[in-house]
Amino acid sequence: MHSSLKKHFFIFLLPTLIAFTVFFIVPFVLGVYLSFTEFTTVSNAQFVGFQNYIDAFTGDSTFLNALWFTVKFAVVSIITVNLFAFLLALALSKGLKGTNLFRAVFFMPNLIGGIVLGYIWQVIINGILLPYGVDLTFNANYGFWGLVVLTNWQMIGYMMIIYIAGINNISPQLIEAAKIDGATPFQILRKITLPLTMPSFTICTFLTLTNSFKLFDQNLALTAGAPGRETSMLALDIYNTFYGRIGYEGVGQAKGVVFFLLVAVLALLQVYLTRSKEVEA
Amino acid sequence: MKKFLSPILAALIALLAIFTTGCMGKTDDMNNDTQTIYYLNFKPEIAEAWEEIAKVYKDQKGVELKIVTAASGTYEQTLKSEMAKTEAPTIFQINGPKGFVNWKDYCKDLKDSELYKILSDKSLAVTSNGGVYGIPYVVEGYGIIYNSQIMDKYFSLDGKKVSINSTEEINSFDTLKAVVEDMTRLKGELGIEGVFGATSLQTGEDWRWHTHLANIPLYYEFTDKNIDLAGDDTKKIDLKYAENFKNVFDLYINNSTTDKKLLGSKSVADSMAEFALGKCAMIQNGNWAWSQINKVSGNTVKQENIKFLPIYTGTSSDATQGLCIGTENFLCINKNVDETKQKLSEDFLYWLFSSSDGKKFVTEKLDFIAPFDTFEEDEVPGDPLAKEVIRWMKKDNVTTIPWNFTVFPSQNFKESFGSALLSYAQGKHDFETLKNNVISAWEKESK
Repeated sequence: MHSSLKKHFFIFLLPTLIAFTVFFIVPFVLGVYLSFTEFTTVSNAQFVGFQNYIDAFTGDSTFLNALWFTVKFAVVSIITVNLFAFLLALALSKGLKGTNLFRAVFFMPNLIGGIVLGYIWQVIINGILLPYGVDLTFNANYGFWGLVVLTNWQMIGYMMIIYIAGINNISPQLIEAAKIDGATPFQILRKITLPLTMPSFTICTFLTLTNSFKLFDQNLALTAGAPGRETSMLALDIYNTFYGRIGYEGVGQAKGVVFFLLVAVLALLQVYLTRSKEVEA
Repeated sequence: MKKFLSPILAALIALLAIFTTGCMGKTDDMNNDTQTIYYLNFKPEIAEAWEEIAKVYKDQKGVELKIVTAASGTYEQTLKSEMAKTEAPTIFQINGPKGFVNWKDYCKDLKDSELYKILSDKSLAVTSNGGVYGIPYVVEGYGIIYNSQIMDKYFSLDGKKVSINSTEEINSFDTLKAVVEDMTRLKGELGIEGVFGATSLQTGEDWRWHTHLANIPLYYEFTDKNIDLAGDDTKKIDLKYAENFKNVFDLYINNSTTDKKLLGSKSVADSMAEFALGKCAMIQNGNWAWSQINKVSGNTVKQENIKFLPIYTGTSSDATQGLCIGTENFLCINKNVDETKQKLSEDFLYWLFSSSDGKKFVTEKLDFIAPFDTFEEDEVPGDPLAKEVIRWMKKDNVTTIPWNFTVFPSQNFKESFGSALLSYAQGKHDFETLKNNVISAWEKESK
């Protein structure tokens, strides 16, 4: 059986491999190629070298603005999402009454699509700001915090589930032993729970990091960049460059490639750093 | 367990193989079918009418017409992806000279086509170096739409301060301003929340201002400078008539249903609903807005009370100014598809705009004011705003303003104009800054 699986594994791999090639590798390679060309549709591209990359950074300041905005957003939301998710996970793994109900409720926002969420929060935030005679488009800070709140609301539930799984995996004997040795609850948290849930942290920070960078629907529906382009994040900026300006398709594509490299490097770096903190019980 | 696993997996692979070859076989079939033409529709509000046309055309001529409608505001995106497919649209549309620059590799020269021959005003077509690449299929007009019921009520009030007695007498910006401001004073008695509907400045909903309203001052500027719109002279503007733009824009935002600072979250649909429900008396929009007004539930505006007024801006030409009438919808034929398909597409368009069945669809279902010789005087759409557009077109001593915004540099320019307008409305910067922003954005985007 084993040897025949070894002999034929390639056949079993083939469907996935084909799908992966057709839907991922090919578009990706094509995308990188297109970033060096000027084109209207993907079939009439003309090679222009690095011009698109130069334009992406020097053409106007929208890309760098979007980059800075995205970085700020990512930092804030990675911290808040993980903090709140972990606290919730701690609370909901203590065997309180109605734990399952609470878990389901906190997880639910994650099931709603980004566009719908964006519009819902737009209405809510505008409603809050109405008594002050302004709206979401008035100040870029409103949009920024609006996005942070929205992202938290959406992602906390998901991350919470991952943390709960991590916390439940800790052997009760360890905690019991610590209690007998006279450890305070805070000591248990710091010396046992935290180190042993490091794998969950790795996953959750990875997910929040990449999700924050790639955020698009929520951004589009909540502010669409208003006021001006001040609250547009990288993905939205790329989209606007690609579709909003005649002859800028290549530049949008170049921004996309830069975006990919950036997210890839950051994500790898993050995984490497948090991995190194993981311990075995 | 493992014993069963491999046959199951093998079966799955087999299924997958059948599925993929099945799909491929299907596309092959469609490629061979030269009796299919494909129109990428721009106007979602008439998507159903197009489907009906396709059905009738198939019955009459045996040619399959495939209609795909791009969602509102996503035509360029959809066109870009559809064009890259093997089965690309055979008929598509561009929005004027700027759109042509983007799609020149795809537009067929229609100089010798039947459709161009029946075009009543040849100057409307998109031309380049003697070739004809885009043919307008609908003429539209915009101005200030007003509810004559509310206006009549105002003019019958004892407390009114203006000397004129009907909306027809308004023929300059000063009169308009006097009437509007007096109406704002009396809005309680008139039962309205503001004279104008919300000046929608949400991103993507601000085209009525950065495109339509801005057309008027720029039209006067281009006319003064005698600029050839097809040439490179449009690459720079100095907004000579900026003050006139400010006149109207200020009038809109100061006499509106909505506070100036809240305009950033209002959409066109919001303001059209206000008009339909009688919460405001005037609104700037075009004849396409009829379907929108008509569809609002609880609509209180009667069909016969919807009228057009030109957008007076306070220039010396106010008295003779008409509505802004033109088009930004030009049909093109894709020259990269099969020759037979190109011919079939041309035949279809000619059929639509010249045969009696086709024309009936155009006036009754599509509600187009079609710019072709083949349409008789009485073959026009029946909706009140289209009738008004025609009435204004036919008026003597009135100069119709063409749609010069087709030379506006790019969507990006319009968006930055829109956000500058929003900041101005919110009081974050003054009009001078707005003006300079627009001038520099125009120049930058025209490169």
